[in-house]
Amino acid sequence: MSPDIFLQNVANSITLGSLYALIAIGYTMVYGIIRLINFAHADLLMVAAYIAFYGMLVFTLPWYISFAIAIVLTTLLGVTIERVAYRPLRSAPRISVLISAIGVSFLLQNLGIVALGARPKPFPRPDDLVWNIQLGNVSFLSLTILIPVVTIILLLMVTFMVKKTKMGIAMRAVSRDFETSSLMAVNVNKVIGATFAVGSALAAIGGIMWSMQYPQVDPLMGLFPGLKCFIAAVMGGIGSIPGAMIGGFILGICEVMLVAFMPELSGYRDAFAFVVLILILLFRPGGILGENVVEKV
Amino acid sequence: MLKIEELQVFYGGIHALKGVSLEVPKNKIISLIGANGAGKSTTLRAICNQVPAASGKIYFEGEDITGKPTVDIIKKGITLVPEGRRIFANLTVMENLQMGAYARKDKPGIQKDLQKVFELFPRLREREWQVAGTLSGGEQQMLAIGRALMSRPRLIMMDEPSLGLAPLLVKEVFRIIMDIYKDGMTILLIEQNATAALKISDYGYVLETGNITLQGPGKELADNEEVKRAYLGKA
Repeated sequence: MSPDIFLQNVANSITLGSLYALIAIGYTMVYGIIRLINFAHADLLMVAAYIAFYGMLVFTLPWYISFAIAIVLTTLLGVTIERVAYRPLRSAPRISVLISAIGVSFLLQNLGIVALGARPKPFPRPDDLVWNIQLGNVSFLSLTILIPVVTIILLLMVTFMVKKTKMGIAMRAVSRDFETSSLMAVNVNKVIGATFAVGSALAAIGGIMWSMQYPQVDPLMGLFPGLKCFIAAVMGGIGSIPGAMIGGFILGICEVMLVAFMPELSGYRDAFAFVVLILILLFRPGGILGENVVEKV
Repeated sequence: MLKIEELQVFYGGIHALKGVSLEVPKNKIISLIGANGAGKSTTLRAICNQVPAASGKIYFEGEDITGKPTVDIIKKGITLVPEGRRIFANLTVMENLQMGAYARKDKPGIQKDLQKVFELFPRLREREWQVAGTLSGGEQQMLAIGRALMSRPRLIMMDEPSLGLAPLLVKEVFRIIMDIYKDGMTILLIEQNATAALKISDYGYVLETGNITLQGPGKELADNEEVKRAYLGKA
């Protein structure tokens, strides 16, 4: 492999890893606070992509307004899903909430197919954001830089929010103990709502950047990225935010490099992530940064 | 200050409280003693509406708080140091104390109370940045009490604050309860260490399978033959 192509692959892998990291955070935050794998999370990126798509093409809004609307509406949708589909099941067994989440995911996907059509549509790339950069023999899209930069800024913001702000401390307290948090006069539902809002906003931004990088939208576009980001979150240690970031980057880098170094395996690209999941579950079920503790009874 | 009338609670299919009435006057220590499963914790949890009251009334400073959301009850000036401490093990000592003051917005007041808590528990100041889960049992209990004080309550309820602590620390906990009381606090105390609790209490109630069977001034109860036999382990 020539150094140019290698560099190209490095850039691609970091871009993919960034997207995984961004979306994985939503899984891990929600899991951390209500112990739920939010299957509908992946479909939020599809919703965001479609809103941005229609904003730009049908309503001919400038890209920044379309993106802003997409992020706001997707965030509201994420919070609404929690309110309607998960909150009423707060004291139900965990499996009920999980089934509810799968139901919401199917609902969004099929609603998408019925209302928007199953055929993939090309996603318009705004000229302001996407152009070609030529560096010696390497040519790459501006997105290769834009996506990791946006991701890192967002990751720093989330880390700051969770570590330093009052809401962040409350999120960590609630994730530990609902009942005692309410004894501290914490409105537990509000804190959970805020967690969903943050996760959904990140999924929306991830979804928009995803559809610029791989420029098409379809109602099932969330499925595979969703599964892989979930794997990234498990790999990093579900519930751990830095874990999700690390897991996302590792998975993205490994996936691209696997195909780069062993092109004959490129057909197994998606399977690779699942092999990683199985290995993690076998050898380090708590994940890289997870607490490998046995639940106390 | 706090008045409970004919409180009944069903808890997991059990008739846990069968009409409990008690009163906690201002600036007094009132203790609630009784065997395991008598309904002591349930009483405190019902006051905070962590378990719903089936019937009966709870008044705080004359106001009916029965069935109000927990968050609102805490904001009115009641706090509970829960059984088993229940500190946030994943947060630092400082963050735990900040959580105690969650509903408050008066920053200077919070700072002042923080200093007060640190004066009361110098160990916590030393361990300000330590993750609370790494504290010893005694330190965790101090933190749980400190955290409760951070909400600047007018009534503090403590559920078995000396449970599982070494004898020396038990003494320390009782000294601290007295300190808080002398500072003008009203305290409702549950203790398995009934002798020690009754000794410092102005008044005591004995709870037996959901009913109050005996009550009286703390020292009188401590000398009561029946109480001695049943709870104090003396013939």
